[in-house]
Amino acid sequence: MESVTPILEFKKTCVSYTKQTMAVKYVSAAIERNTITAIMGPSGCGKSTLLRAVNLMHDLYPNIRVGGEILLNNENILSMEPIDVRRRVGMVFQRPTPFPTMSIYDNVLSGFALNGIKLSKAEKDSTVEHCLRSVALWEEVKDVLNKKGTFLSGGQQQRLCIARALAMKPDVLLMDEPTSALDPIATKHIEELLLELQKEVTILIVTHNMGQAKRISSKSMFMYLGELVEYGDTETMFSKPSDERTKAYLTGKMG
Amino acid sequence: MNSLRLKNRLVKDRLMLWGVCLFAALTAVPLLAILGEVLLRGYDQLSWSFFTEPTPTAYKAMKAIEAGEPIPGGIANGIVGTLIMLGMAVVVAVPLGILCGAYLAENSKSRFAQVVSYLTDLLQGTPSVIIGIITYIWVVVPMKGYSAIAGSVALCIMMLPLIIRSTEETLKILPASLKEAGLALGGNKARVMMKVQLPAAFGGIFTGILLAISRVIGETAPLMFTALGCSLIRFSIDKPISAVPLLIWEFFNDPNLQELIWGASLFLLLFVLTLNLTAKYLAKKWNQ
Amino acid sequence: MNDKIYKVILFIAALIMPIVCGGVVYALVTDAYEAFEYFGFFNFLTSSEWNYTEGAEQYGALPFITGTLMTTLLALIFCIPFSLPVALFVGEYFKGTRVAAVLSTITDLLAGIPSIIYGLWGFYTLRPLIMALNISAQGSGILTASLVLAIMIIPYAASLSAEFIKMVPNDLKEGAYSLGATRAEVIRKVVFPVAGSGIFSSYILAIGRALGETMTVTMLIGNTNNIPDSITSTGNSMASIIANQFGEADGLRLSSLIAIGLILFLITALINMIGKIMIKRARIV
Repeated sequence: MESVTPILEFKKTCVSYTKQTMAVKYVSAAIERNTITAIMGPSGCGKSTLLRAVNLMHDLYPNIRVGGEILLNNENILSMEPIDVRRRVGMVFQRPTPFPTMSIYDNVLSGFALNGIKLSKAEKDSTVEHCLRSVALWEEVKDVLNKKGTFLSGGQQQRLCIARALAMKPDVLLMDEPTSALDPIATKHIEELLLELQKEVTILIVTHNMGQAKRISSKSMFMYLGELVEYGDTETMFSKPSDERTKAYLTGKMG
Repeated sequence: MNSLRLKNRLVKDRLMLWGVCLFAALTAVPLLAILGEVLLRGYDQLSWSFFTEPTPTAYKAMKAIEAGEPIPGGIANGIVGTLIMLGMAVVVAVPLGILCGAYLAENSKSRFAQVVSYLTDLLQGTPSVIIGIITYIWVVVPMKGYSAIAGSVALCIMMLPLIIRSTEETLKILPASLKEAGLALGGNKARVMMKVQLPAAFGGIFTGILLAISRVIGETAPLMFTALGCSLIRFSIDKPISAVPLLIWEFFNDPNLQELIWGASLFLLLFVLTLNLTAKYLAKKWNQ
Repeated sequence: MNDKIYKVILFIAALIMPIVCGGVVYALVTDAYEAFEYFGFFNFLTSSEWNYTEGAEQYGALPFITGTLMTTLLALIFCIPFSLPVALFVGEYFKGTRVAAVLSTITDLLAGIPSIIYGLWGFYTLRPLIMALNISAQGSGILTASLVLAIMIIPYAASLSAEFIKMVPNDLKEGAYSLGATRAEVIRKVVFPVAGSGIFSSYILAIGRALGETMTVTMLIGNTNNIPDSITSTGNSMASIIANQFGEADGLRLSSLIAIGLILFLITALINMIGKIMIKRARIV
């Protein structure tokens, strides 16, 4: 086995909402570059909480504490400036959140606008086209770029949000159950898209859909009550789970 | 270069936060300044006789000033007038407002209810000086004179929209199951309203009434053309009568009586703010 | 009591609103008619003469319409730098915390102070200050009235704007944060655009308040009947001319004052209607 430096590494990462209880307990794991890693577990197991720690979303809420280390390219992001980290770690949420006051075109570029970065018209045009192409939305919306993003269907909106995150050229893309609000066909489109995208970006995806994890991820994590129970190749985990709790979850005895 | 830009943005972010905090905090300044001024200047005017004696005539006040004595008398005529007019206004506005609010809550989809709802907004937004003109035309002219009745009509018109709105809104947020459960037990609509819905909505409606009272008790303009004012303590409702805000206005305009302004203002301010805070406190308590 | 009687009783109670409002319009129009007939409606609006010498009576509303518009507009301008931060403080930065509740209570109390007391404070504290600063010699005037008016409308503008700022979905804000925006940037580029129409409509309603405010303006505007030529000059608003002269007026002068009341009523009704409609739309989005 060649040893590659992981792009992202959790080292004894903890997250707590109150002083007494921890939502994420001492999670350690290394994520390889250009992979899709699925995080699974029953609701309330801390999977979204762990994910949101990676782009310092918890900083927005003063009572949430994050402990341990999270290394991005060997740098501890917990001691970095949040807005800097968030530009390098993109995020896609459960429900599509295109900005309702912006056109499709401006939505793709919203990361630049929000960061106060000025682009030339040509740069803008090429970024919009490239990002929309990479989420396979270009052909559908190229004639209505000036319409509001909220006119699109749910699946299209979610792809727009992925395009918006990709425009910032992140190292890691976090996805928090990105298809749970979508119909099966839109879900299939997004899954195909993610398999394409892993060539460009490392993806960490929270899902409660085991089928989805199996279809798209190469690595999987199983979390239970805030602990990382098992982490390994998706195939191995589904065929021969090493922990009883994982087995119970995967066979539907826990949920 | 990049880190300079980053620093710049973070500084802007900080500045915005501090700016917001600073300017938000500054809005407390007028409140403290007004409270402070009225308290400091009105405090030593308050005495027992201030509340039990009527306003002195300008002549008496002048004599007292010349003699270097404190102005005799107080604001008892205003307090009595305010209470009488407020009492009459409440007696009419509360039942009428609650019934009208109940109508709006029960028939929210009907065309007529929408018109009534719109008119309620219209009346609530109407400047109080216009309510004064209207009451003058409606009551003072036909009765051929200013009176406590006219004043209470003006206060009543101003209270109505507030009571209607608070009743309607409180009834609307009651769970529908409450009404359904009452009807399922065989009660008719009137009885369910009286025995189930209104009691459940009591907190919200009561708060609304308190706020309506605190709103109109300091009103001056509409009383100027209706109750007019009077320097005697009076209990008859068909004669001109005084009110606390009217007295403040009189004192403001009469150089001989200016010493009395602050005591009267302090009384009015404390009364209104206490009502206000009580209403807010009760609203919070009943919401939990 | 059966359901039918109950329904009829409620309906009769609800009739009070059309009766009162119809009565308001009817009474204002009939009593203002004399003035409109004598001077002509348009002429009454555009004439700047206000002369009650017997035999040479001449009344026009223009000075007071101007006075009202000037005080309202200035009050709005003075109020924004305070009401907007209050709205952000309560609705965004410290949403749901105890400090926000304290600030809300403070603004609520500001709204509860009777306007005659604002007038006293303006007269005895602010007016000497304006004179000491040499802004105007007599201290009273459009500017003084507008400053106090601004304080009075802060609570209305702030509490409603805060409500709309609070309603901006958290998803949307997190979406912006996840792209690396600072809080200031999220507020400028996401919160304001999304809550914009709601914030705008709350200022319209605040204008509706300022237009008809009577006692404060009466006590501070200086009570002169010509068109104010600068913001430091004295004047009268529509509400303050009524408050000042209604008690002593009769005949044509009374009718002219009622006509001014009718104009004021129509303007505030229009502004409030626009505000309410905009708020309803903003709530749906």
